[in-house]
Amino acid sequence: MTDIKKLDGKVPQGEIRTLWDNHRFNMKLVNPANKRKFEVIVVGSGLAGASASATLAELGYKVSCFCIQDSPRRAHSIAAQGGVNAAKNYPNDGDSVWRLFYDTVKGGDYRAREANVYRLAQVSNNIIDQCAAQGVPFAREYGGTLSNRSFGGAQVSRTFYARGQTGQQLLLGAYSALQKEVGKGKVKMYTRREMVELVTVEGKARGIITRNIITGEFEKFSADAVLLCTGGYGNVFFLSTNAMASNGSAAWKAYKKGAMFANPCYTQIHPTCIPVHGDFQSKLTLMSESLRNDGRVWVPKAQGDKRSPSEIPESERDYYLERKYPSFGNLVPRDVASRNAKEAVDDGKGVGATGVAVYLDFAAAIERDGEPAIKERYGNLFDMYERITDDNPYKTPMRIYPAVHYTMGGLWVDYNLMTTVPGCFALGEANFSDHGANRLGASALMQGLADGYFVIPYTLGNYFVEEKMMGKKVDTTHPEFDKALTASKERFSKLLSINGTRSVDTFHRELGHIMWEYVGMARTEEGLKKAIAAIKNLRSEFWKDVKVTGTAEGINVELEKANRVADFIELGELMARDALMRPESCGGHFRIESQTDENEAKRNDDDFCHVAAWEWTGDNAEPIRNIEELQFTNVALTQRSYK
Amino acid sequence: MGSTHAKGLTLHLKVWRQKNNKEKGRMEDYTIEDVSTDASFLEMLDVLNEQLVAKGVDPVAFDHDCREGICGMCSLMINGQAHGPESETTTCQLHMRKFHDGDTIVVEPWRAKAFPVHKDLMVDRTALDDIIAAGGFVSVNTGNAQDANSILVSKENADLAMDAASCIGCGACVASCKNASAMLFVSAKVSQLALLPQGKEEAAQRVQNMVKKMDDLGFGNCTNEAECEASCPKGIDISNIARMNREFLKAAVTSKTKPTV
Repeated sequence: MTDIKKLDGKVPQGEIRTLWDNHRFNMKLVNPANKRKFEVIVVGSGLAGASASATLAELGYKVSCFCIQDSPRRAHSIAAQGGVNAAKNYPNDGDSVWRLFYDTVKGGDYRAREANVYRLAQVSNNIIDQCAAQGVPFAREYGGTLSNRSFGGAQVSRTFYARGQTGQQLLLGAYSALQKEVGKGKVKMYTRREMVELVTVEGKARGIITRNIITGEFEKFSADAVLLCTGGYGNVFFLSTNAMASNGSAAWKAYKKGAMFANPCYTQIHPTCIPVHGDFQSKLTLMSESLRNDGRVWVPKAQGDKRSPSEIPESERDYYLERKYPSFGNLVPRDVASRNAKEAVDDGKGVGATGVAVYLDFAAAIERDGEPAIKERYGNLFDMYERITDDNPYKTPMRIYPAVHYTMGGLWVDYNLMTTVPGCFALGEANFSDHGANRLGASALMQGLADGYFVIPYTLGNYFVEEKMMGKKVDTTHPEFDKALTASKERFSKLLSINGTRSVDTFHRELGHIMWEYVGMARTEEGLKKAIAAIKNLRSEFWKDVKVTGTAEGINVELEKANRVADFIELGELMARDALMRPESCGGHFRIESQTDENEAKRNDDDFCHVAAWEWTGDNAEPIRNIEELQFTNVALTQRSYK
Repeated sequence: MGSTHAKGLTLHLKVWRQKNNKEKGRMEDYTIEDVSTDASFLEMLDVLNEQLVAKGVDPVAFDHDCREGICGMCSLMINGQAHGPESETTTCQLHMRKFHDGDTIVVEPWRAKAFPVHKDLMVDRTALDDIIAAGGFVSVNTGNAQDANSILVSKENADLAMDAASCIGCGACVASCKNASAMLFVSAKVSQLALLPQGKEEAAQRVQNMVKKMDDLGFGNCTNEAECEASCPKGIDISNIARMNREFLKAAVTSKTKPTV
């Protein structure tokens, strides 16, 4: 048995309110004239990557930013709809930094690091200021001040928004800051590049190998630090609300170079998505959960009832959320709403042609408030729904079903956002630190920008000074770069050479089915063991029988996908393993064996109040589950209840 | 509940195939059967590609990512219309129920001097990023910002700025313009910032730099055809072009700034 390590999150000592201020003072600074001597690689150009690249360049660092799409503006942050939280308390409704901190820790079901969450709440206000100054067109009141709304069941109005396109506007703000620095020559932007290897020299992250998606060439880049801002891994499930190119490969490469992967099983499943409608389907579309403010969720009381909804009388409908959770009703948290939808479907009460959906009905709201009022509130969402499904939700209930939306797990990072590989940092959704086992609505945008604009600019300099990196350049002629480049080339050649019978997508789809069935909304020991065995099989099958057309040169979409799916398969196995080894339920991780009498997630704080940080030990070896103990000294541990 | 979907369209596709930016391209014919009317246009291409892969033929390369109409990556000329026949709809949100059994569909890349073809239906739109880098920002470094509510913006201007800011940078405006002009794209950013107090300080420099960059990169001039507006999946209004022209004129008359890019 290998020794289990206890990880140190490097949280400074002291009172939580002053931790970050003191830490900022105590951290070492890089002299302004010396900053230009440090090179930084940023992988990813979403909220975290673009904000970090821009800010570090403004400080004087030499930044290279890499993205997979044709432009940094396309990163998937752009698709976030709802909004961004901040503790401004502009509405004077009782919000504060402390309350945002408290809500986030509690919402994460006590599996996040308190100090990180407090810092997040603290800098949330700076984010709003920064974005407003950039010209982000936030919603305004008639007096010209910023508008707020309540979101995701929060009892205060702390969410800032730009119509239903907040992610787009915040990303375009960060992108404009990035382009400003690109224009000045302070950031070198590399588009259509995929990171295929992390290069370490003497234990420190020193660069990356990329594959140029247009030419197929492998390229070497060296730096003094590498920032992974590569988003989440929801596409393990094949169908998710993530963009098609969103993948876990960069994080996975770092994992294999010694960066531990924390809490991979923490997945958020969003309850209000448009259901799957066919085998050809490529992705799922999320509709803002604000819909649940006015929509009523129901299924027929009878199993297998194939009547159209208008033919089912009130007395034969089961408004199950209202029935089971009388005080919260349709507004129960995401995980509760999702799980109940699955239960209804598993019970044979699902609706629509596939039977894998539940109704979200606006008839009562339309009768109460009138169609114009509903149109005013949700018009764009109703249009989107109709465009995709060809159904008119003003006339007939929407059909919805949960879909994978966000991954709380990610690379383990300390308080300074550094992974267990010195010099390799992870920001935004790519790290694990702030959301615990469940993320609150409108907190993803906040975290990505907090990490990029306000945390890494301080902690990175400290790393350079503490590690005495000045004058210790490593360039791409170092043998480690050639070693990594050769390994990458061999991997891609291998993928092309298998020349089997099955397309990449068939493997990805099969992985998705296994994950959704056994590592989705409700997990059991038996199911997880099955999943691990099935994924192992799938992995060996993949390396024997995948068919990748085309050549290594030039654009080869199948080859790109094959590389990502090979990593997804391994990551999927780790997710199942992590879920198996956490027999408690918490937040988005629900183990059937661990629930309260009210069917709520039941934590086991005595044994599992910790982060699981997985350590890679070899391609065919069992990974080690290390832990970081979590201390809750400011927010008392309590059991959630929404009855 | 779901309408009774007439399943299984047979479609004749004429698709632009071009190996890379050096070789010449050509139209290729493909027939695809049993296409679900619930599929999106890109899902129809996915099915085509899966069939091509099974036959060992190189699949058709096309740009796409979010598939929910916001990232701006998808970019197809469908029967001569940028993003196809549906108004204010990106290619990824166009569904096959808008087509009929037996239809012939011509699929081409964006065509513009400033957007060279990478492969098949993928083009290089870096020029749009270069225009933003020339001035499409407010020069405010991180940490410089005052309290957000100390900058007041009338609701009317905030809404107009948001209308302009909803541009997704897909380039449909350029592709549908006979002059391959990027005026709608550029004016959307110029307008957004011209409407807001945050953007006022650098307004003259911004519009001069962005317009010069646009000209330098080989985009054509505007001759008021309004094809850009008609094809814009986000409904960006051409009054933004008028606002940009006003800003440009104002800069020329009232400011001593000269383009710096």
